[in-house]
Amino acid sequence: MTDQSTHGTGASESDKTYWQANLRIIYVSLVIWALVSFGFGILLRPLLAGISVGGTDLGFWFAQQGSILVFLGLIFFYAWRMNTLDREHGVEEE
Amino acid sequence: MDQFVINLLFVGASFALYIGIAIWARAGSTSEFYAAGRGVHPVTNGMATAADWMSAASFISMAGLIAFTGYDNSSFLMGWTGGYVLLALLLAPYLRKFGKFTVSEFIGDRFYSPTARIVAVICLIVASTTYVIGQMTGVGVAFGRFLEVSNTAGLLIGACVVFAYAVFGGMKGVTYTQVAQYCVLIMAYTIPAIFISLQLTGTPIPALGLFGDHAASGEPLLAKLDAIVTELGFNEYTAHHSDTLNMVLFTLSLMIGTAGLPHVIMRFFTVPRVADARWSAGWTLVFIALLYLTAPAVGAMARLNITEMMWPNGGIDGGAVTVQQIENDPQYDWMSTWQKTGLLAWEDKNGDGAIQYYNDKNADMTAVAEANGWAGNELTKFNRDILVLANPEIANLPGWVIGLVAAGGLAAALSTAAGLLLAISSAVSHDLIKGSINPNISEKNELLSARIAMAVAIAVATYLGLNPPGFAAQTVALAFGLAAASIFPALMMGIFSTRINNTGAVAGMIAGLTITLLYIFLHKGWFFIPDTNSFTDADPLLGTIKSTSFGAIGAAVNFAVAFVVAGMTKETPKEIVDLVESVRVPRGAGAAQDH
Repeated sequence: MTDQSTHGTGASESDKTYWQANLRIIYVSLVIWALVSFGFGILLRPLLAGISVGGTDLGFWFAQQGSILVFLGLIFFYAWRMNTLDREHGVEEE
Repeated sequence: MDQFVINLLFVGASFALYIGIAIWARAGSTSEFYAAGRGVHPVTNGMATAADWMSAASFISMAGLIAFTGYDNSSFLMGWTGGYVLLALLLAPYLRKFGKFTVSEFIGDRFYSPTARIVAVICLIVASTTYVIGQMTGVGVAFGRFLEVSNTAGLLIGACVVFAYAVFGGMKGVTYTQVAQYCVLIMAYTIPAIFISLQLTGTPIPALGLFGDHAASGEPLLAKLDAIVTELGFNEYTAHHSDTLNMVLFTLSLMIGTAGLPHVIMRFFTVPRVADARWSAGWTLVFIALLYLTAPAVGAMARLNITEMMWPNGGIDGGAVTVQQIENDPQYDWMSTWQKTGLLAWEDKNGDGAIQYYNDKNADMTAVAEANGWAGNELTKFNRDILVLANPEIANLPGWVIGLVAAGGLAAALSTAAGLLLAISSAVSHDLIKGSINPNISEKNELLSARIAMAVAIAVATYLGLNPPGFAAQTVALAFGLAAASIFPALMMGIFSTRINNTGAVAGMIAGLTITLLYIFLHKGWFFIPDTNSFTDADPLLGTIKSTSFGAIGAAVNFAVAFVVAGMTKETPKEIVDLVESVRVPRGAGAAQDH
């Protein structure tokens, strides 16, 4: 999604490193986001059919409950990780 | 006490609360009107956003859709929560850092083009207005039913209430009112679910009860449900029956649409700091998840309850419920109550004095029906939208729970309508009038025009709610498709790519919007006029892709067109590249201000 254009000279090197680190966290988070919903919940459900959860299979659990719980975990992880990253790179507010 | 009086008390008390809060928190300045002076705590903001987001569709409709379809409608659960991940990771912190009041303001500044801003305003107004129409229709039905007045009278009462607090309160009034509405709606949703979960599984937490054991039979609840519904020829509850491609695209459209709806995005302008915008998205999803984790349990348990009521003696062999039982047994009172609304109906077709409920569309059932002398499904109508509202009556819960559910359903519809009206009014007064037509407008007149815009929007929505252009679900699908195909891609590219220029963004938005509108109109009729459609969702134009799932494709078209056009036109000017780079770091967010 991002481009590596060099004509933006306004950002310092440290800001660029910060942005690259942010993008890496976003990529990893979105892979997990897609894996639990579109993956485990829909496309990979037949592969998980052998694992039973409360009268049905793991894919059903991911589609109706698991993915929501993982989404929650992802957002809080991202907020915590980014607020730490802000301080590491000295770009936090105030 | 009469159930009507109880409903009136609950609905009346909750409304007095909302209006009281709106008056107490009345907005004094434009900044407070739009964004609550940015003084709203992330948890408070999360709760208000959750009320704003969860509409009549989530509260009244969703569990019913899941109950009668099972796994295939999991798209609603994943789609309407997964969008918050996109919002939290890709939009919220950067838009807060940008520090303006509205979504179109960001698009206009980032793409240095008044045209881009106006295109964004148009997308926003169309998406929000269609969404409000759906809400107003829901308000009318719920008011009509619980206050025992006509649909029209219910709608007019609802419109007056929404008008009162949205017009006089602004964002600050709406924020605190929505916190109260969240509390009412979540109690109304979870309390009956807890009762029912205790009855069926012995577990007080419905989300755990869903995957627990059915107390009466000792089997897992879902296994029991699968066995009961398949015996009657219905699809196995937990199995996948729909088209996979369409399910993926539908889920994705709901996710992107969630992250592109202006009234939700606007919420993240109201937190004090960038770090809070990140937390706020998480808190919003916590409060939404309380309802969304309960909904599949409500659906499955209601389906089990209803099926067992129709076959009270242990399945087909024990015989169906008799007409006499429905009319005289107090346990079946809910059926006569809802029959009056016309949304529930039964007919003893074979004249055997019993009501056989089964899937007569299933060829495998023909032999069973012949052997037993059945003449087709006799529970002829069960509107899915009544499930959540009728649920406490079905489970024989006390009258106050029914009153609470009435208040909750109205809270869900009203809070969303108010939030959408605010998004519309700020688009008109702030982006259209102040941003383009008359930049020198005084703060007082800007506030006045915002209120006039709100009044006009509610009048239009009420009128269309009385004469809806289609079912609520159709208008909601249009709202989601539009938001997914137009606003989300523009915002995301504005933050993550410095290469996308003014022409690219405008071309992308117009392309995404047009192709999505076209696909929806081809399937639902032009401007929703009946019988003007060339295709139906049962046999769509492109393979198995229904019009409700097209938002994701519209978004892909938007991205593709924007990149191609931007690649052929002039590069983004340096000051805009600097702007994008400053939006990417939180430092200095406090300094960013309007104008």
